[in-house]
Amino acid sequence: MTEALLEVRNLSKHYPVLKRGILLQRKAAEIRAVDDVSFSIQPGETLGLVGESGCGKTTTARAILNLVTPSAGSVRFAGQDIVPVFRGSDRRAQLAIRRSLQYVFQDPYLSLNPRWTIGETLREPLRVHLADQQSAWQARIDTLLEMVGLEPHHAWRYPHEFSGGQRQRVGVARALAVEPRLLILDEPVSSLDISVRAQILNLLVELQDRLGLTYLYISHDLSSVRFISTHVAVMYLGKLVEIAPVDTLFATPGHHYTRALLSAIPVPDPGAASTRIALQGEVPSAMNRPPGCPFHPRCAAALPVCSREEPPLTAFGPGHRLACHNPA
Amino acid sequence: MAEPLLSVEDLKVHFFTRDGVVRAVDGVDFAVNRGETLGIVGESGSGKTVSSLALLRLVPPPARTVGGRVVFEGTDLLTLPTKALGTIRGRRIAMVFQNPATSLNPIYSIGSQLGEILLWHEPITRAEAEARVISLLTLVGITDPAARLRQYPHELSGGMKQRVGIARALLCNPSLVLADEPTTALDVTIQAQILDLLADLRRRLGMAMVLVTHDMGVVARMADRITVMYAGRVCETADAATIFRAPQHPYTRALLDSMPRIDHRYTGGARQVLPTIPGRPPNLLDPPAGCRFHPRCPDAIADCRRILPLETEIAPGHTVSCIRRGSQGIAA
Ligand SMILES: Nc1ncnc2c1ncn2[C@@H]1O[C@H](COP(=O)(O)OP(=O)(O)OP(=O)(O)O)[C@@H](O)[C@H]1O
Ligand SMILES: Nc1ncnc2c1ncn2[C@@H]1O[C@H](COP(=O)(O)OP(=O)(O)OP(=O)(O)O)[C@@H](O)[C@H]1O
Ligand code: SF4
Ligand SMILES: [Mg+2]
Ligand SMILES: [Mg+2]
Repeated sequence: MTEALLEVRNLSKHYPVLKRGILLQRKAAEIRAVDDVSFSIQPGETLGLVGESGCGKTTTARAILNLVTPSAGSVRFAGQDIVPVFRGSDRRAQLAIRRSLQYVFQDPYLSLNPRWTIGETLREPLRVHLADQQSAWQARIDTLLEMVGLEPHHAWRYPHEFSGGQRQRVGVARALAVEPRLLILDEPVSSLDISVRAQILNLLVELQDRLGLTYLYISHDLSSVRFISTHVAVMYLGKLVEIAPVDTLFATPGHHYTRALLSAIPVPDPGAASTRIALQGEVPSAMNRPPGCPFHPRCAAALPVCSREEPPLTAFGPGHRLACHNPA
Repeated sequence: MAEPLLSVEDLKVHFFTRDGVVRAVDGVDFAVNRGETLGIVGESGSGKTVSSLALLRLVPPPARTVGGRVVFEGTDLLTLPTKALGTIRGRRIAMVFQNPATSLNPIYSIGSQLGEILLWHEPITRAEAEARVISLLTLVGITDPAARLRQYPHELSGGMKQRVGIARALLCNPSLVLADEPTTALDVTIQAQILDLLADLRRRLGMAMVLVTHDMGVVARMADRITVMYAGRVCETADAATIFRAPQHPYTRALLDSMPRIDHRYTGGARQVLPTIPGRPPNLLDPPAGCRFHPRCPDAIADCRRILPLETEIAPGHTVSCIRRGSQGIAA
């Protein structure tokens, strides 16, 4: 087996929260946004990362990129532990990592500088990383715009002059500017109509085939996850609960949360009968995670042990790992 | 037939930029009946957000609403005095904005910004307002709502911000909600819960909704009727089943054809390519003459380059703007 391009080991990120009760006493609680998460991605593969809203997907991505400092754990990128590099002061080493590890933000509104034209936004990574090739910048910017289905004249416009989906495409173009090795995409196509979405997904696949790019693809759109991923990881309340090759996961999901998730995909057919496995109980809180299996209060297959002991992630089949006491 | 709750007639919103006039919304018509959900789908950049903002006179400069009428319960919102509009906006008609991150104020906690809206519109106490905010946050699936009230927008995940935006729109039991991509940042189980909630409010309170979305599964489930937009104009409007089963406009057909299939295996052997609509969306500074879709349309004939198709009823409740489907048109 080749060496993984990205290897995440026991990654955690906890946030303190202040709870103020009626008597204004303060009690510090904690949001365990990401808790002891491990996975790896081989070069040229795509790991899809899915899970409930608020389960820690964006925080996982931000911790990998050191945009938030991990509370614990290691992140190895191309064989190098990058957490200490970002803790240190070697700017050159940090820059080298930033170049090959690019990120498309979930929120295209917040991630684009409102005072820069799109051309300036795309020029910035070129200026930082390809300083010696200035004569090639303009052509590169035109190509990037074209790749994501925008026009050269869009380079002169400001972010507020774009629709939601158009901004999202600028985010993708910016991340592709310096041809990274690993691209972390956080909901890159959620605001796009299906045709433009298909165009971006086709582009990502084509770049992967041509340049051997590796992706971590975070999305709630399960049909695009199915299309683009080679493997899929499922998170629930900060925990990784299942990971498997894409076809295995969609054909024989083992975790009961994964099963409920897959059954809830809305069908594009008015009047189609719903086969949704309705989840019982309340969505649990990240501030107050249930003991044992975090999913047990909502799980129809829960055993007594599920509320006491946290199930470890264990092998379930070829390339398939699962954290459940009573798998389906 | 009864008067619609809202009717939008020949709405035109143009951006007056240094490069010229961007005709982002250029003659849009649709209507929403009481208690009905109208789905609006269409191309990215086709003017869905700008149209919905224009209904409440929220288009930002350099845009101006240059024509049309927006009749809500018999009054034209576009000519209503600002003060009267203020009592409708947020209360009778509420909006869920496409970008929750920018529609929430970063410097106020969730609790204070939602509470203020209630205190502004309703004669209630602070404690009552807080209780109502907490119950709505619970309904949209935010757990530990009392603790979340004290958090600021940047401390919430993308989907949580979106749900706070939905809760905000529902605070005053509006009779019409304009929801712009309300569930894009949500996983399918929470999305299903939010859609159940909206369907329930509609049943219990007769709430009508304009639902802008790119998610065909969501419109299929929620919408009674669907309007399809392309490049600032409406291509087709019909009941949901007709749009999905017998779409007439070539753009609607092309859009539905590019739907990825969840039941499809894409790996193994050669990677497949998802179908897309060939060509590019038009430049709205200088839109194509005639039908705006003609440069990309598989059915286009020479007349399509010359004649602007008008929305024409081709069957009861089914309007299409395509001269090849029998629509009327005006020659350039
Ligand atoms: N800066 C912060 N301060 C406090 N809590 C935070 C902060 N950032 C994230 N969190 C919390 O961490 C948890 C995980 O958030 P995250 O954004 O990673 O979720 P997500 O899986 O990306 O969700 P979504 O699908 O809605 O985007 C949430 O409970 C969120 O409130
Ligand atoms: N300030 C501006 N100046 C010039 N053009 C603008 C400005 N703001 C928006 N536009 C243009 O108006 C058009 C309509 O935008 P709108 O946001 O309504 O699209 P949309 O249908 O909501 O798309 P999406 O699905 O991507 O959100 C777009 O083509 C956009 O480029
Ligand atoms: S009017 Fe012509 S170009 Fe437009 S959709 Fe119909 S056939 Fe195509
Ligand atoms: Mg997120
Ligand atoms: Mg929009």
